[in-house]
Amino acid sequence: MAAKRKKELEGEEKPQENRISTFPDEVLERVLVFVKSHKDRSAVSLVCKDWYNAERWSRTHVFIGNCYSVSPEMVARRFPNIRSLTLKGKPRFYDFNLVPPEWGADIHSWLVIFALAYPFLEELRLKRMTVTDDSLEYLARSFPGFKALSLVSCDGFSTNGLASVASYCRNLTELDIQESGIDDLGGSWLSCFPDNFTSLEALNFANLHSEVNFDSLERLVARCKSLRVLKVNKHVTLEQLRRLLIRAPQLMELGTGSFSQDHKLRSDTELENAFSNCKNLHTISGLWVVSSLYLPALYPACSNLTFLNLSYAPLQSTELAKLLPSCPLLRRLWVLDTVEDKGLEAVGSSCRLLEELRVFPADPFDQEIMLEGGHSGVTESGFISVSEGCPNLHYVLYFCRQMTNVAVATVVRNCPNFTHFRLCIMNMCQPDYLTNEPMDEAFGAVVKSCTKLRRLAVSGLLTDCAFEYIGTYAKNLETLSVAFAGSSDRGMQCVLQGCPKLRKLEIRDSPFGNAALLSGLERYESMRSLWMSACKVTMSGCRLLAREMPRLNVEVIKEDEGDDIQAEKVYVYRSVAGPRRDAPPFVLTL
Amino acid sequence: MSPHLEHDYIGLSEVSSAAAGAGAGEGLKETELRLGLPGSESPERNEKVGVTLELLPKGFVSGAKRGFADAIDGSGKWVFSTGAGSEKEVGKKGGVAYGEHLGGGGGKEAAGQEKKAQAAKGSENDGAVAPAAKAQVVGWPPIRSYRKNTMAVNPLKNKEDGEAKQGPGCLYVKVSMDGAPYLRKVDLKTYKNYKDLSSSLEKMFSGFTIGQYGSHGIPNRDGLSESRLMDLLNGSEYVLTYEDKDGDWMLVGDVPWEMFTDSCRRLRIMKGSDAIGLAPRAMEKCKNRN
Repeated sequence: MAAKRKKELEGEEKPQENRISTFPDEVLERVLVFVKSHKDRSAVSLVCKDWYNAERWSRTHVFIGNCYSVSPEMVARRFPNIRSLTLKGKPRFYDFNLVPPEWGADIHSWLVIFALAYPFLEELRLKRMTVTDDSLEYLARSFPGFKALSLVSCDGFSTNGLASVASYCRNLTELDIQESGIDDLGGSWLSCFPDNFTSLEALNFANLHSEVNFDSLERLVARCKSLRVLKVNKHVTLEQLRRLLIRAPQLMELGTGSFSQDHKLRSDTELENAFSNCKNLHTISGLWVVSSLYLPALYPACSNLTFLNLSYAPLQSTELAKLLPSCPLLRRLWVLDTVEDKGLEAVGSSCRLLEELRVFPADPFDQEIMLEGGHSGVTESGFISVSEGCPNLHYVLYFCRQMTNVAVATVVRNCPNFTHFRLCIMNMCQPDYLTNEPMDEAFGAVVKSCTKLRRLAVSGLLTDCAFEYIGTYAKNLETLSVAFAGSSDRGMQCVLQGCPKLRKLEIRDSPFGNAALLSGLERYESMRSLWMSACKVTMSGCRLLAREMPRLNVEVIKEDEGDDIQAEKVYVYRSVAGPRRDAPPFVLTL
Repeated sequence: MSPHLEHDYIGLSEVSSAAAGAGAGEGLKETELRLGLPGSESPERNEKVGVTLELLPKGFVSGAKRGFADAIDGSGKWVFSTGAGSEKEVGKKGGVAYGEHLGGGGGKEAAGQEKKAQAAKGSENDGAVAPAAKAQVVGWPPIRSYRKNTMAVNPLKNKEDGEAKQGPGCLYVKVSMDGAPYLRKVDLKTYKNYKDLSSSLEKMFSGFTIGQYGSHGIPNRDGLSESRLMDLLNGSEYVLTYEDKDGDWMLVGDVPWEMFTDSCRRLRIMKGSDAIGLAPRAMEKCKNRN
């Protein structure tokens, strides 16, 4: 029930040049419904006051990239008809333990406002927010029409909270708790879905450790005929998976459970048949504890596969090489570096349509014993093989232990369309291992070749030169991640001055100080946020920034009492909501 | 070369084999030399070693599978001959109980790897005892906590194959012996090394023809155990083999214990004459000794 909009007549005749505004408002609103992208909607709202109003009344989805940039009250005031909300909370480096746990980004205050303003809220998608069980129960009870809950990398809740959602959200279509760190108190939450509940379309509990009642799960899957996404956890065995697949052949996205030895499985052919029945699968993930014996059962399901997430399955190169030819339409592939360069060669030869590749390290902390002549993980040669075979590659996330400038230059020559280039040479400050030079030329090649580059993460030994390249060439760059790089303030200055579209800049352990910080004075208001930790910024530099730019929140995280001069962790972001009201004691707003 | 580098796959160092009944010592060693993160579960090296399986033939016995006897010989080829650089690596990795922790990787140049250098310095003195503590930086490499925790709990031991029945903490495999009327089942998890396994098997199957060869010992060479099974091999015509996850029949004793238990699906005590295809050199050696 959309709230009726009052006619807002200014009481004036619209002059001839405002022909746009003679268009009846209701029609404009109807047209604007088709404008979905929030960037477009922002543009619409800036045209004129009428359009601003038409836009705000017709908007049903709000995307807020930083939950502290605006207050829930402000959102509710501007947009009366919101059905769907996406909110992101903590700075991204929270994922790597650089932000203390009690930092904030709690959803509850938002829910309280929205329970009044948007009783018909249907969707909530959160990333890096803190969500408690109380909040989940509050949510489940306050919004009778609630449909979709997606919690990515969130924390603060337990399986009890899930039980509330299952019990009270009668119209739930989606429950996705991807990669959220939660208190797993048992699997009984799944049995809380009422017997007459049939609306589920997407269920993802892959990251939970405890076992759910399989009977409940099977019955749930059987009665939810619209189920298209099912991602189970590793307790679900092969035989159980087979039974689920029989119930839900219409599945489009599947996250398998444990893909290993199961004595209850009567025959491999039965499993294969179950998979071949699933003609609509475009995404497969999971494959925890995978046995190469059973991998072939997957092959018949792979013919329409566009996304294969093997990032938790330590496959060998041969296993990957056997699997890939069954996936001719693959566009996105995530793997562990256990597949090694040979596996990546197979990717290059089998996946012509590949657009995205992510290679994760199986042993990031280098605990495996290295046997002589044995290389763990992937190297520059695997990277090159993929670039040679996959000309459409535009997104890469690559963890490796060695790289050369020439290799990167080759890769981007083969694939000049990169929009996201995230290279992580895991050994800090490591130079080109063949020439011993810094990796400046590598990233120089990236920004020169890839004019559409929007996201860049750099690593290895880097001097200011790399940043000069970035500032000179990366004109479309929006997100930059820097760690252990650069030689002086100049590096950061080049980026701030040279990259007009920069929105997110996150830097750790680099020698950038106050001069660099302050050189971006004019920039930060057009950016979402800046993070600097373990750099050379001091408290006085931060205070100066805060003083000069009152519409920025300049926050320093002070974890130990010691130093009053160094600003160990600085988080700067634009906000129309003013300083945080919920800041914990270790967050100082300057 | 420091002695601690040269371990054979039976798992006894030169040092400890001198001590009689090194069983207890081995047991202790097993518990001491954990290489995982504090608090993490089983050793995480299995998959890695699995990877190097492909490399082994290249590096050593050009294709042919190693004879069990060779493995026990301690002729040391299981020890990756470590160059000067890799000794550091070994020290760094700290601990060489089962010969699987040997050598430095070829690709592991110390250049630019400051944290490793620190670790190496720290543990070189310790020799084979303490696992090196890596100087780790918070949040580096940038892996999400969720992924880190998942991989730590399910180490590369995620690979799980074979018909071995596996419940929590047990791994039963069938053992057959050529000529014996019925099979036995053993729980591989109850053994810590090949020596334990072999004594147990010998007891189990002693009712059959093996007994008469039991006393044929072999001279105590460097690092050799007094495994009865070895006696069995050298003195009799029986060979202990196993079927691995790929369905291939392999000679027992080639690979580190952990890797063996991960990949072993069943055991077979085979007549020597049947085993010729498996390990020709081993058989020749046996014959030569006799």
